[in-house]
Amino acid sequence: MLIKTIFAGFGGQGVLSMGYVLAYAAMVEELQVTYLPAYGAEVRGGTANCTVAISNEEIASPIASAPDNVVVMNNPSLEKFQHQIVTGGVMFVNSNLVEQRPVRGDIILYEIPCNDLAHELGSDQSANMVMLGGFIEKTGLVKLDSIRSAIKDVFKEKKKAKEMNLKALDVGFDYMRKNGGKV
Amino acid sequence: MAEAAIRAGCRYYFGYPITPQNELPEYMSKRLPEVGGIFVQAESEIASINMVIGASMAGARVMTSSSSPGISLKQEGISYLGGLELPAVIVNMMRGGPGLGNIAPSQSDYFQATRGGGHGDYRTIVLAPASGQELCDLTYKAFDLADHYRNPVLILADGMMGQMMEPVRFPVLRDVERLPKKPWALTGAKGRKSHFIRSLILDPEQMEEHNWKLMRKYEQIADSEIRYESFKTDDADLVIVAFGTAARIAKAAVKRARGEGLKVGLFRPISLWPYPSKALRDLAKRVKHFFVFELNAGQMIEDVHLALGGEADVFFYGRPGGVVPNPAEISRIVSRQFFQKEIG
Repeated sequence: MLIKTIFAGFGGQGVLSMGYVLAYAAMVEELQVTYLPAYGAEVRGGTANCTVAISNEEIASPIASAPDNVVVMNNPSLEKFQHQIVTGGVMFVNSNLVEQRPVRGDIILYEIPCNDLAHELGSDQSANMVMLGGFIEKTGLVKLDSIRSAIKDVFKEKKKAKEMNLKALDVGFDYMRKNGGKV
Repeated sequence: MAEAAIRAGCRYYFGYPITPQNELPEYMSKRLPEVGGIFVQAESEIASINMVIGASMAGARVMTSSSSPGISLKQEGISYLGGLELPAVIVNMMRGGPGLGNIAPSQSDYFQATRGGGHGDYRTIVLAPASGQELCDLTYKAFDLADHYRNPVLILADGMMGQMMEPVRFPVLRDVERLPKKPWALTGAKGRKSHFIRSLILDPEQMEEHNWKLMRKYEQIADSEIRYESFKTDDADLVIVAFGTAARIAKAAVKRARGEGLKVGLFRPISLWPYPSKALRDLAKRVKHFFVFELNAGQMIEDVHLALGGEADVFFYGRPGGVVPNPAEISRIVSRQFFQKEIG
């Protein structure tokens, strides 16, 4: 098994955090994992993405030229990555911020209104963890509990962020379970 | 790497920021004060390497890090460390070059790293990690090697190694007080004879003797500090030679090629100086086809040629400029070699 996932969006949307938490959760499960961030010279507002490779064997390249999953948080990321994803691959779209939809018919598409769900929760900045919850529900790449313990470790010094992220994770997970999200 | 350095007893870090290695000084700036260490973001690379010289002279375990253009600036100081016989650990997270280049993973500083880099007849020990765990373990080891041989040790990795995260098991935290003593260090001459550490030796005969003394030390290092990994070379008809990030990709290419029934192996030098020439030469007694893969336009291939001395066929494939090919690209080239040269 070797599954590569790209998380992409604007800098400041927490796309690197999403990937980092997933990578950490894979480590909790004692899987082989690499996490590779990529961002331009810009900070907030620029494009940012990261690649997480998870496997039960040694991972050769942390780069994904043909990712299995792509998580898209903004329009430019959809344009950039929709043609890289493998046939039969899965794309997760933040339907609040991404207006376009992929032109490809050979991939599976899931939509989550991450920003609306995070807003209802009273924490706009947790949209990324809503997405991660939905992502885990559909991919089952790691257990939800492993993501929980990853969040607890990663945000251990930020108590408020930790609690919010855990809630947002559940909201995203439950949304996907109930609504399916499939288009 | 930073945590491994601290666990090895490093308490001084001097550097100047540059991508793709800023995670290391960032960590040092937070962590070193917690263990009673000193972190200085100097005004330049040249200042920081000179601070390294000072701390090393005083007997401390000290480190600096940078990326290609910044390492070029440090070369004068690295030559001084070599001439003064001072231990220090220097990290180069290589990026695409020459000049300012870019911030993508590259292996274009192999010549600079393994041929000394600065002026004068000297050598640095060069270690090339290929995983997060090795970044940690080789950094830890580098401090021991530097102290043992009183010589600078360079860790040569690239932007991929600098940016990627992988799970790591850390070695034990050393007690700085219980590290081996350095009787040569400048610690204040009160009550003892003065120590002198200098590289200015005006008398040619004395300078020559100093040079021979250094060479004898380098010979000893070349005898004792060879490191490499062999993967599926026992029955191989073709062996890929690659280090660092390139070796990771090559390893996956080996597994793919084996899946197609091609007998391919990987020889991965871990110490780039001293180079594992003898092990490679021994391999050439049986293997007649070598494929050198580097993320540059062809640098380590010279050491492979030197090692093999014309005993085997050597083929080169490189991707300079920060391009990182995927394993499929490398295994396609391997398959083509088998077909064209009728190997196996």
